[in-house]
Amino acid sequence: MAWVLKFFVSSVGRKLLMAGTGLCFVLFLTTHLAGNLLLYRGGDVFNAYAARLHSLGPLLTIFELGLLALALVHVVFGLWLFYENDRARPVKYAVKKSGGGQTWGSATMPYTGVLMLAFVIYHLIRFHFVDKTNIPIYEIVKAAFQNSFEVALYVAAMGVVALHVSHGFWSAFQTLGAHHTKYTPIIKAAGLIFSMVVGIGFGFIPIYMRLL
Amino acid sequence: MKKSISLTLKVWRQAGSTEKGSFETYAVKDISTDMSFLEMLDVLNEDLTREGKPPIAFDHDCREGICGMCGAVVNGRPHGPEKGTTLCQLHMRHFSDNDELVIEPWRSRAFPVVKDLVVDRSPLERIIIAGGYISVNTGSAPEANSLPVPQEAAEKAMDAAACIGCGACVAACPNGSAMLFTSAKISHLALLPQGRPEAARRAIGMVQEMDRLGFGNCSNITECQVECPKEVSISNIARLNREFMKAWLAADEK
Repeated sequence: MAWVLKFFVSSVGRKLLMAGTGLCFVLFLTTHLAGNLLLYRGGDVFNAYAARLHSLGPLLTIFELGLLALALVHVVFGLWLFYENDRARPVKYAVKKSGGGQTWGSATMPYTGVLMLAFVIYHLIRFHFVDKTNIPIYEIVKAAFQNSFEVALYVAAMGVVALHVSHGFWSAFQTLGAHHTKYTPIIKAAGLIFSMVVGIGFGFIPIYMRLL
Repeated sequence: MKKSISLTLKVWRQAGSTEKGSFETYAVKDISTDMSFLEMLDVLNEDLTREGKPPIAFDHDCREGICGMCGAVVNGRPHGPEKGTTLCQLHMRHFSDNDELVIEPWRSRAFPVVKDLVVDRSPLERIIIAGGYISVNTGSAPEANSLPVPQEAAEKAMDAAACIGCGACVAACPNGSAMLFTSAKISHLALLPQGRPEAARRAIGMVQEMDRLGFGNCSNITECQVECPKEVSISNIARLNREFMKAWLAADEK
């Protein structure tokens, strides 16, 4: 079994873990967005969706623990790689100039990642670990986004998520070995479209709730 | 068109690997635009020698862009601003009169500075020793049709084999990763039938050695393929990833 450990601590193995967990979060973002879009259909529909989701009981708990495990792997390995990458160049360049390979997304991956971690913790405290016994979730969300600062924070956070995903989506496929003259342009385009869908899809919700 | 230019150079000077380095400023005058970058440095070194100062140490050999010995970071760009060009093949016509150029060595934990712009790139050799070869006795060339190789595979293998091991990919990578180099070496053998028998051992051995030497990790930023003087593609990095997965998950190698 030692080979399993050796595989996952090698540079490529760790990158594979980042890619695999990252793609799981792409799936999570998709389902989360699909659920959240029900906010546009009003309180009754959204509260019914939330009730239905919570009626899954232990299944939901398993999913949540799974997400937590994925997040732990993605964050711990991400920070480990970031630390090593920083150490790989102890003396920095006096002049740094891109040859045109990097994008805003790829150049900021560790930073957008840490910002997202902070946001997710805030988000969970704000809407997940909140007392919902007397007030339905739709009303909690609506009340929260009456605050313009909260709206701005969420819109900015979604921009950060979009930036992270704009590189992460394509990068995950490359790490998994999927590089092809036919498919790579499609994967890159799909990644950009997905990041925009996530950014605009999630980002518009707080604005809509504020204007309601 | 002006035939000669004058430049201000800020060059990294470091007497030895354990000494502290710093930038020194030099003015070079009447540099012919037909000169190569290294010839421009030669002119400066002759002046320094005449003044009794130590000349700037820099690596070079063939000066034809094929040996992989030369290289420095010029204004933040490994091998300078021209695409697909080594420093020795970079001509001064690409610069303007009164330009200020900052010249630094490759910066990587794995490449300690030996002197001035010279760095120790032997870690790349150690990656090769860890598997970048095939274990066969070479004799006279075999009959050409005894081992069919598809034209596409031969082309891709040749594109990967174009890597001259200069280390510009490591210098360009914001993470200081040697993945483009290692992937080029793994690819050029993995694509050919002669390379297949040892492919699994090679993929594992070379990646483990690369990790051990203190290079950073690839995060697909793609600065490497932009700065590579031989324009080696990151499709080789995807191939390395595939070879590595195959080796760990499908082969008997441990």
